[in-house]
Amino acid sequence: MAVCIAVIAKENYPLYIRSVPTQGELKFHYTVHTSLDVVEEKISGVGKALADQRELYLGLLYPTEDYKVYGYMTNSKVKFVIVVDSSNTSLRDNEIRSMFRKLHNSFTDVMCNPFYNPGDPIQSKAFDSIVSTMMVQAF
Amino acid sequence: MDQGSAAGTGGTLISLSDSEQRCYSGLYALCQPDSSGKLAAGKVAELFRASQLPAETLHQVTEVCGAKRLGYFGCGQFYGALKLMAAAQAGLPVRLESIAGELPLPVFVGITNELEMRYPNQPLTNESQSHILGSVTGSAPRPPADRPVLRHPDTSMDKQEVWSPPQSPGISPPRSPSAYRSYPYGAQRNGTDTLLVYEAKVPGLPSVPQENSSPSHYSLRLQPEQPVITRVASVERLVERVEVDYSDDPWRITEEQREYYTIQFRSLQPDLSALIMGTVAKNFFTKSKLPILELSHIWELSDVDKDGALTFPEFCTAFHLIVARKNGYPLPETLPATLRPGFVEAAVVTAPPSEKIGSVDLQMTSRQGVTTKQEARDESRKPEFSPKRIPEPHEKPTQHVSTLKPDSPQELDANMKSRTRPRSYSSTSIDDAMKKVEEPPTPPPRPQKTHSRASSLDLNKLFQQSGQGAKSGWLPPPPALPPRPPATQIFSFIPGSEKSSQKVVQQPNFADFSKFREEQETSVRGGLSTEDLTPPKLDSTVVHQGHAPQKPVRRKIHPESQSATPPSATPYSAATLTKSTQRPPPKQKREIQMAIRKNRETNAVLTRLNSELQQQLKVVHRERVTLESQLELLRPVAST
Repeated sequence: MAVCIAVIAKENYPLYIRSVPTQGELKFHYTVHTSLDVVEEKISGVGKALADQRELYLGLLYPTEDYKVYGYMTNSKVKFVIVVDSSNTSLRDNEIRSMFRKLHNSFTDVMCNPFYNPGDPIQSKAFDSIVSTMMVQAF
Repeated sequence: MDQGSAAGTGGTLISLSDSEQRCYSGLYALCQPDSSGKLAAGKVAELFRASQLPAETLHQVTEVCGAKRLGYFGCGQFYGALKLMAAAQAGLPVRLESIAGELPLPVFVGITNELEMRYPNQPLTNESQSHILGSVTGSAPRPPADRPVLRHPDTSMDKQEVWSPPQSPGISPPRSPSAYRSYPYGAQRNGTDTLLVYEAKVPGLPSVPQENSSPSHYSLRLQPEQPVITRVASVERLVERVEVDYSDDPWRITEEQREYYTIQFRSLQPDLSALIMGTVAKNFFTKSKLPILELSHIWELSDVDKDGALTFPEFCTAFHLIVARKNGYPLPETLPATLRPGFVEAAVVTAPPSEKIGSVDLQMTSRQGVTTKQEARDESRKPEFSPKRIPEPHEKPTQHVSTLKPDSPQELDANMKSRTRPRSYSSTSIDDAMKKVEEPPTPPPRPQKTHSRASSLDLNKLFQQSGQGAKSGWLPPPPALPPRPPATQIFSFIPGSEKSSQKVVQQPNFADFSKFREEQETSVRGGLSTEDLTPPKLDSTVVHQGHAPQKPVRRKIHPESQSATPPSATPYSAATLTKSTQRPPPKQKREIQMAIRKNRETNAVLTRLNSELQQQLKVVHRERVTLESQLELLRPVAST
């Protein structure tokens, strides 16, 4: 359902970013970048030391007329950003959460791979396929 | 042959090295050129298919070399095409620029095999030829759909079947090893257009001619029992089976491979049921020199429980994928069913006995390694023999050796032919333990079967000691004199086969011991120390053998420690030696030669290690120097 999915490292540089309509990539990159500010804002706001799922899921970060941006931050400060099209029947929160959960799982799998150096762009095919399933659903 | 390639490739002058010239001219002849120099399209198509390049690549090759333009393959186009295929197989893009440089010879599975095999019954039946291509080709049931490879219209399936290349002796020797290093995984897939034959990329193509015969024996052997050979051509192939082996499925792990993987797993993690940590596995697999991206993908495929560590089945899977990749086989997107840990588990019923087998294998290896003159390949030998050894290991430990040994000569002979050691996995465990050269590299050149005639007094003496040690059990460390007569007596008692077996068993061990002993100047290290020395060598297996090897070792050590004894021992042993030499001179000589060979192996390995460590040392020195200079620069600044 997403039109764009991005994984941003702790230092706020992108590890992985993919959008569905590839011609509009720049716009989505920009959106994701600006959403990082919102993420920071939310994080500073939520200063509690709770480590539950809610903490990780940041919810709707930034709605525009065209799309909505959802955020999720892992315990290691890696951020996932999902941009969904507003014109889609608005997805329920649970669906977004499940998407983030899947992302997190496959991101963990990527991390487990000893050949992956944290901080490298993610080139795992498995991760790609997971993302594709989430994005292909949009069409 | 002329450098016709220049003409064919649009003016780019392409130089051919000698080996390439030989190879190409042989292939050219193979393709049945007609009077005007044009090559038979069918043959060319078969050859192209044998290169196992994807269809698009072959199209590109045809286009670039100019044959597409001309409509046929002339000499120049053909040579150009061959070079381009070599480039493609080496991973370079199919461009004229790629072939300007030095390239290994293109590898064609089946073509060179046939030539190598020198089948007498050649000229026909695809059966005979395709012995590698065999599983794929041979059979009639090759729907045209399978031949998407070349656009040559006449390249229909029959092609391969009709391939009766005049065995051109012009094919240069280096080609054969390359083909031989392959795993011929029979191709069943009707949907695929690859021949599904593994080919090991030969790292050192301009390789030793002597490899010619030996690699032919080992490269291809896979699973002897694979049903691939159910194909029509199977009959012929069965005959050749000895030398070549197929599997239906390139993703199936053969017994030998499993044994090999077991050994490798053990080298990383002694407990077969435990996990190999990610970093450990990473270092290990990085040695295979595959790109990190591919290794990463392989890891993703094989680590099914996603725990960042590899269990034994996962390790086998990963290793197998690496081997496949090294052999040029593209990585699958998902894990093939045969490689799933569940599958592997079922097949690994032999795992528990593998402990036993492992030790036996190691013994076998040490023995056979020597007897078969494969220094470097001792470990790889093991898998080959182990399946046959399975029933045997459970015999009396002391008789282990003896019972097994009689089989080994025949086994060896049989296996000499069935030699398919596609993965040399570089030699001894020393390499594995210290540094892995390359995972499925070409096997080191097989030494000739002839023994180097040399006999050393020491070895004979050692043998004496070993003989007595094995038989008489752990005698208290006596002066050398008393043991001598028992040794000779025992020696005479031993029935022929056992004797030889024991000798063979003991001899290599003692060869090593003697080497260590001599090198360390007969240090009084006691049995344990010699054992410590041996572990790095694959003769560490000796330790596994139980006490038999140890006892003789200790015995040796003690006599040496007693300074008085060596002098007395030597003349005594010399005396006994003369007696013993008369008895089975050929056997002893053989054993001695085996021992010498082993020593040489070890020496080579150690020298290599030494040089590598030296280099590392240099690097570290340099770093140190730079750091020191930086420090000096900083110091005055700080002081001011």
